[in-house]
Amino acid sequence: MKNQSITLLAAATAMTFAVNAQAKTLVYCSEGSPEGFNPSLYTAGTTFDASSKAVYNRLVEFERGSTTIVPGLAESWSVSDDGLEYTFNLRQGVKFHTTAGFTPSRDFNADDVVFSFKRQGDENHPYHQVSGGSYEYFNGMSMPDLLKDVVKVDDYTVKFMLNRPEAPMIANLGMDFASIMSAEYADKMMEAGTPEKVDLEPVGTGPFQLVAYQKDAVIRYKAHPDYWAGKAAIDDLVFAITIDASVRYQKLKAGECHIMPYPNPADIETMKADADIKMLEQEGLNVGYLAYNTKMAPFDNPAVRKALNMAINKQAIIDGVFQGAGKAAKNPIPPTIWSYNDATVDDPYDPEAAKAMLSEAGVSGLSTKIWAMPVQRPYNPNARRMAELIQADWAAIGVEAEIVSYEWGEYLDRSKAEDRDGAVLLGWTGDNGDPDNFLAVLLGCDGVGGSNRAQWCHQPFEDLIQKAKVTSDVAERTALYEEAQLIFKEQAPWATIAHSVVYMPVRNEVQDYRIDPFGGHIFYGVDLAE
Amino acid sequence: MLRFVLHRLGLVIPTFVGITLLTFAMIRLVPGDPIELLAGERGVSPERHAELRAQYGFDQPLLVQYWDYISGVLTGDLGKSIVTKQPVLDEFFTLFPATLELSTCAIILAVLIGVPVGIIAAVRRGSIFDHVSMGTALTGFSMPIFWWALLLIILFSGILGWTPVSGRISLLYFFEPVTGFMLIDSLLSGQEGAFTSALRHLILPTVVLSTVPLAVIARQTRSAMLEVLGEDYVRTARAKGLPPRRVIGVHALRNALIPVITVIGLQVGVLFSGTVLTESIFSWPGIGKWLLDSIARRDYPSVQGGILLIATTVIVINLLVDLVYGLVNPRIRHHR
Repeated sequence: MKNQSITLLAAATAMTFAVNAQAKTLVYCSEGSPEGFNPSLYTAGTTFDASSKAVYNRLVEFERGSTTIVPGLAESWSVSDDGLEYTFNLRQGVKFHTTAGFTPSRDFNADDVVFSFKRQGDENHPYHQVSGGSYEYFNGMSMPDLLKDVVKVDDYTVKFMLNRPEAPMIANLGMDFASIMSAEYADKMMEAGTPEKVDLEPVGTGPFQLVAYQKDAVIRYKAHPDYWAGKAAIDDLVFAITIDASVRYQKLKAGECHIMPYPNPADIETMKADADIKMLEQEGLNVGYLAYNTKMAPFDNPAVRKALNMAINKQAIIDGVFQGAGKAAKNPIPPTIWSYNDATVDDPYDPEAAKAMLSEAGVSGLSTKIWAMPVQRPYNPNARRMAELIQADWAAIGVEAEIVSYEWGEYLDRSKAEDRDGAVLLGWTGDNGDPDNFLAVLLGCDGVGGSNRAQWCHQPFEDLIQKAKVTSDVAERTALYEEAQLIFKEQAPWATIAHSVVYMPVRNEVQDYRIDPFGGHIFYGVDLAE
Repeated sequence: MLRFVLHRLGLVIPTFVGITLLTFAMIRLVPGDPIELLAGERGVSPERHAELRAQYGFDQPLLVQYWDYISGVLTGDLGKSIVTKQPVLDEFFTLFPATLELSTCAIILAVLIGVPVGIIAAVRRGSIFDHVSMGTALTGFSMPIFWWALLLIILFSGILGWTPVSGRISLLYFFEPVTGFMLIDSLLSGQEGAFTSALRHLILPTVVLSTVPLAVIARQTRSAMLEVLGEDYVRTARAKGLPPRRVIGVHALRNALIPVITVIGLQVGVLFSGTVLTESIFSWPGIGKWLLDSIARRDYPSVQGGILLIATTVIVINLLVDLVYGLVNPRIRHHR
């Protein structure tokens, strides 16, 4: 049996796809192959769709279609007064999948939670090095510094001990990397000398269990019959891997699949007119921005940054670059995130005033660079075009801008430099629905020289977000973040450009599909009309 | 003949070394750090970046890295993919049968149509058939594959509904791959309709992939035939009163086919590069798409290993073509 062509059930069982016409099979035309089936080892959304979303659960989950946290494998939890201890009461009677390679002898319990986190955090854990052993999300969310220990109190109680208070901790535990795997399965595979099977032939508690995977072709799942929240309405789930968006659309039209992600912006109008297709849409949990280098003159002067912001015609960008599928951004966080401050007043589009502000600041004959990303991203469908529009807007106020671009990896790397020349187009898609995930990561002092592309470290702003990070009261945190957004707007380290709209064409027979604000694709809860 | 074979084999070794050096150097010359690409907007801390570079051996001097790579190749170990963490060899051989199946069908189609069309065009030089077929061949050769494939999908799958849009077989059929060749596996599965489904899925990708080789083969056959038809011995054959069919089919064609065989051999290389686009459009799970992804993500081990294996295939096929050529044309083997 080859790694990429795994078959987890006997062919006879799987034959039900062919012979059982009564079974409800939902076909999803996915955009690519997963990197693997262990979400803690990878960072791509495509991988999460195929692994964490379908096969696994987490201690807490995001309610389908929203960023609200709801109980998952933990029924309830409590936080100590000092914010350093999180105690989770685990759900009882939760069954793991039974596959051809593994039959669980027990229900889910605290050992599985400890295993799932220790594997990532403890370098001496027997599983730490298995399958390459790099846990980028775990690292990226600062878990190695944050997590002191994960301890089993009893079979159904587990305690997380932190080195410092961290208000977004619960939201972090709803993220894909925090998926819970079976410790019993891991032990069995280690004994058998095939530990990497845990990552290739997954056993989880989730709504679907993997049946077979053929790289670049198809992934087959069947509904987990004993799923703790009730068996899925569909019996079988198939990912028909279809890389090209135009081809996905043809398959959708031909009825070869029910749901497709990432339509071509140019096809959206035609799809909306198609009687067989429903077009779902929702604002994405993202922001596209232009970050000035606030360490370099004259961009160290907020008045100059504000003047440049006022010269940008955002509506032209929404129309020309997003083809209407976007919304002008005024805050550094999207409106779908709690604490979004709607009272913020955006910089008006006023080239004349901008010109006057520049001369008032003593800036004339300014020439700079605009960095345009070489790739299409959810928050920016065409950075080159966006850069050209901004270039023309700035030319109108006498600012000359040269557009530069680098290969994507180079772009990400070079744009971090503190002595970078010019303003960078980039963006962000939220991981856990917490404002901290935007404000601290992208604008915090720690991020200077890294993810803070504006190289902006402004103490009043920093104090607010640091305070919010250690405050557990949501109302109090909301107030702090609202104030931080006002400071951000006043200081203008970025030109906030847009939040994109996510489109999801589904066939009419698909019932109750909800767009995931985090950009994932979730099929539990979806049904097909007879 | 043995000397000829040994001589050809001797040339394979430097070619092989050259390919390893080229792929190793080129993927590293392309800007872009695989670790930055893996991390995306989130980024990695400089410490973590250094750790990961050390883990993949990228912190070693290039010579050491090349030596490690070559020692691996010599022991049959092409390393593990940075992205999927799976052995490159496993990934390649899981996907390769799909590419081989598609390429074989495409080359067969190209030869079956290209050679007769070239012959007829040469024999009826200046006729409408000649103009139309050679004009079509030139169009086929210069057509963007991506556009051509989408056009066919929209027409035959979208509007007419005659062929499936993409994939290798209908999702209704599910069986364990035995050979990796869908046409064979579908027959072995014994499931009713599976073979027909696999065949229907093959039609459009085969047509698209064979377009360029077909055009080249047709044009090459035509010009080779024209050249041979003007030779003295053909005139002699005609003067002897041999029937035209025999003159063309035996005397002319046999000699005209020699350069055509070489071109067919060379087209195998072209086919492999053509699969990159064709496979992406038709969601054909082969090595073309895999290699494209690997390059985009700077997955050094996959790119090095994948290109080496493809190049080896092309070398072997060209070697076979050379040997066949030597068999067909005694002048060649004696010359060496």
